Amino acid sequence: MLIINSKEVIWKKDETISLLLKRMNFVFPMIVVKINGRLIKKDKYSTQLINDNDEISVIHMISGG
Amino acid sequence: MVKGQFSWKDYDAGNTKHEWDLQKIHAAHKVLTEFKYDKNKIEKGFANKTLYINLTTNEIKEKPVTDDMKKKFTGGRGFGLKLLWDSIQPDTRWNSEENDLVITTGPLCGSTQYPGSGKSLCLTVSPSTNIVCDSNVGGYFGPYLKFCGYDALEIQGKAKEDVIIVIDGEASVIRIETAPLEEINTHLVSEQLTYMYSSKDDERSRQRVSVVSAGHGAENSYWGCLNFSFWDIRRKVARLKQAGRGGLGTVLRDKKIKGIVARVDKFTGVENAPENPEAAAKVGTKIQKEIRDLDRYQCNMRQVGTAHLVEIMDAYDLLPCENYRFGSFPKAPKIYSMKFFENFTRVIPDGCWHGCTMACAKTVDSFEVMTGPYKGHRVTVDGPEYETVGCGANMSLWDPKWIIEFNFYCDTYGIDTISSGTAIAYYMEMFEYGILNKERCGGLELAFGNFNAVMQFLHRMADGDTDEFIKVAAKGIRRVKDWLKSKNWGDHQLIEDAGMESKGLEYSEYVTKESLAMQGGYGLTLKGPQHDEAWLIFMDMVNNQIPTFKDKAEALHYFPMWRTWFGLNGLCKLPWNDVEPANNAETNDPSKVPEHLNNYVEYQNAVTGWNINKEELILQSERAYNWQRALNVWMGRGQRRDDWIPYRSMGPVTELEYVSRQERYDKQLAEIMNKPLEEIEKMDVGKKVKLLYDHRRNQYQILSDAVYMRRGWTQNGVPTPVKMKQLGFADEQKMLDFLAKKIQEDEENGLNEWGGVYSESEEKPSKERRYWESW
Ligand code: SF4
Repeated sequence: MLIINSKEVIWKKDETISLLLKRMNFVFPMIVVKINGRLIKKDKYSTQLINDNDEISVIHMISGG
Repeated sequence: MVKGQFSWKDYDAGNTKHEWDLQKIHAAHKVLTEFKYDKNKIEKGFANKTLYINLTTNEIKEKPVTDDMKKKFTGGRGFGLKLLWDSIQPDTRWNSEENDLVITTGPLCGSTQYPGSGKSLCLTVSPSTNIVCDSNVGGYFGPYLKFCGYDALEIQGKAKEDVIIVIDGEASVIRIETAPLEEINTHLVSEQLTYMYSSKDDERSRQRVSVVSAGHGAENSYWGCLNFSFWDIRRKVARLKQAGRGGLGTVLRDKKIKGIVARVDKFTGVENAPENPEAAAKVGTKIQKEIRDLDRYQCNMRQVGTAHLVEIMDAYDLLPCENYRFGSFPKAPKIYSMKFFENFTRVIPDGCWHGCTMACAKTVDSFEVMTGPYKGHRVTVDGPEYETVGCGANMSLWDPKWIIEFNFYCDTYGIDTISSGTAIAYYMEMFEYGILNKERCGGLELAFGNFNAVMQFLHRMADGDTDEFIKVAAKGIRRVKDWLKSKNWGDHQLIEDAGMESKGLEYSEYVTKESLAMQGGYGLTLKGPQHDEAWLIFMDMVNNQIPTFKDKAEALHYFPMWRTWFGLNGLCKLPWNDVEPANNAETNDPSKVPEHLNNYVEYQNAVTGWNINKEELILQSERAYNWQRALNVWMGRGQRRDDWIPYRSMGPVTELEYVSRQERYDKQLAEIMNKPLEEIEKMDVGKKVKLLYDHRRNQYQILSDAVYMRRGWTQNGVPTPVKMKQLGFADEQKMLDFLAKKIQEDEENGLNEWGGVYSESEEKPSKERRYWESW
C-alpha cells in the first residue's frame, strides 16, 4: 500500500513516478513530487521506482483564474 | 525580427471593413462641458490626483490623493473603495443618481518593466448584489488614464442623452460631448471612437487611444461588462478586455455613456516614473526570462492562453458540465485548448499591455459570424479564455465555433460571459425538469446543447425584448429563482439548490463540491462567487494540504490577501503563480512561489520608493479587504446570511449527481455515520442524498466560524472596531461607530453565535464567545 497525499493507494510493482502520475490521472504540469519527504527532480520521474509503503506527496501548485 | 514572424504592416486580419462618415458623426456632437487642467507629472507611480465627473450637473473637478489615502488604501481598488465611501449612502443602488462608477489604476499600473502591469480595477454598486463590486481588466485605458494625469476616474450622476467622455492628455482637456450617432455595440463603437480621436490617421496614433464601452446587452441586463480597448497595430482592430463581473457595464449604460476615451500624446515605456528604474528593470528582466524559458513546459499560456485549463479541469473532475452537475464529460475533448489553438492567429505575440511576456491574450481573426445582426461579417474575437470555454461546457455546447460565437456576441453586446453562461446553464436545467418550458421561455427551446436557442436569447435580450422570461432571465439567477417560486412552477428547494449564485452574482466556472475550502473561496468573499479571492481546489481536494478547519481558514485568510494586493497595485495575477522558477520545488513553501513574492516586494519598493517587507505588503491588502467588508455591512449585507452558497456547490443536489460519484459519497457517508460501507451501499439513494445534504451544510457553517475568527470578525462576519483600529483606521470614527452599533444590535438579536453544530468531539474555534473583543 502507498500513501499519496494522505490517502491510501494500492502499490504496484515496477511502477515509476511517471506511471503512477498517469495512473492517478495527475496531468497538471506544475507539480512537486516528494517520496518520504525527499524531493524528486523531474528528470527522474521516468526512472525512479516506487517501493511498497512509500509515502508520496504530489503537490499541485496553486493556479487557475 | 524573430524567425517565423512578419512585419505588422504585412498582416491583414481579413475582417469586414467598415465605411463610416466619421466627420458627420463627429459633427453631430455637442460639447456639454469642457475642463482644462494642468497635467500632474507622475511621480513614483502616482499622478496624485483623481478625476471627478458628474453627468447630472456636468461638473468636472479634481480631487487630491493625500498621503493618508495612500497609507490607508495603497491605490487601485483601495482608492476606489475610499471614493465610494465618500460618495454613496447605505441605500445607494446601482441605478441611484449618486452611484459612482470608478476606474482606478494603482502605483504599478502603467509600468512596462514587470509583466502584467497594465490592469485597472473598476468598482460600482452592482445591480446583481446591491453592494460594491470590483472587477479587474487589462487593455490600455488604465495606464493612459494615469498618463493623462489621474490615478482614478470617478463618474457620478446620469446624462440626459447618450454622451461620451473624452480625456485628452495631449491637450490637457476633458470634455463631455453628446454622441447621438455612434454605434453602441462595442466592436463598432470602440473602432469609431479610436479613429475619431486619434491625432493622426496612422496606426501608432490609434494605439495612443483607448476606449471604455458596453453594448446593447449591458443596457438590457444586469450582466453588463466594461470593454477596455487596446488598439492592435498588426491586426488594425480595437482589441478588447473585459471588467466582467457584477454589472459595471449596466451602470455605464444607465449613466448613458456610450464611450470613455483616453488619449495620450506619447508613450515611452518609463511613463510611470519609478523611483528606482534600474531596480524595477532588474526584477522585471528576471521574470521575463523565466516566462520565456519555462512557460512552454508549464502552463503554455503563450500558446493557448488560459484555455490550457480546460483539459486539466476535465481530468480532475472540476470542469462544470451541464450546470455544474458533473465535473467531466465524454464530449469535453472537443473543446480542449488545442481545438481553440487551431483557430487562433499564431505568430503574433499577444499581450494586453506592453511588457507582458506572458502574452496570454489570444484572438481568432476573420471569424465569420453565424447568427444575429452581424451574421456574415468577419471579425476579430478576443479569447475565448478558460472561463468562457467553461461556460460552453456548462451549457453543453461542445463545438469551439459555437463558443467563439457566444464569446463574440457577449463582448460586443457588453455582457459578462461568466454570468450569462452560468445563468443560461441554470435555465437549461430548469428546462430539463419542465420547471421551464418553451411557452414559459418566450418560445425558446432552452435545452442543454441548443446553441441556436442560446444565441436567440442573447440577441433578443440585447434587442430589449419585452417578453417576461427574457426580462427576468436577463437579471440573473437570483431573480429567476424568486420568479419561478412566485409562479409555483417547481419544487422550491430544487430551484434554490441548483442555481449557482451567491449574493446575487453567478459563479465562475469550477466545480467545488469536493473542496470545502473552495466553497469558502466562493462564498466567504466580498463581492460574490468569483475565483479571484482564493483558488484552493488543488491545495484542498488533490494535495490534502489543508485538512483541518483551521488550515482551511488560514488559507482563506492568506490567499485573498495576495489576490487583493494585485488589485491595489494594478497588476495581473497570472505571472504570480501560473509560471514558477525552475527551483521553486526546492523552496519551503512552493505553493506560494516565494521568489515571486520577493519580486513583488522589490518591485513595489522600486516604483514607489517605499520600504515595505512581506508582512507590510499583506497588511496593505488587509486594510482594503476589511474596509470593503465593512462597507458591505454598512450597506446592509456582508454578514453570515449573505455568505451562504447554493447546495449545488456543496454536494449532489439530485440522485443522478449522487450516482455519478457514488463510490466517493458512499465512502464519506460510511465515515460520517461510522457504519460499514456495505450497509451504506444498500441504502436508498434519496436518503443518502439527504444525509449528505445535512452534513455538508453544517461543514460549511463550521468553516465559516473558523474563517470569521481568523479574519478577526464576529460570528456574524462583521469586522470589529478593535480590528479596524489595529489596521490603521483609528481616526475613521464614522465607520468605527457604525460597526460598534451593528455588533451591539447583532448581540441583541442573538447573531453573535457560532453557526455550526458541533459534536462532542469537535472543538469550536474559541472557548470565548466574544473572542473578537480582545483581538
Ligand atoms: S498575463 Fe495575459 S491577462 Fe495578464 S497582463 Fe499578460 S497578457 Fe494580460
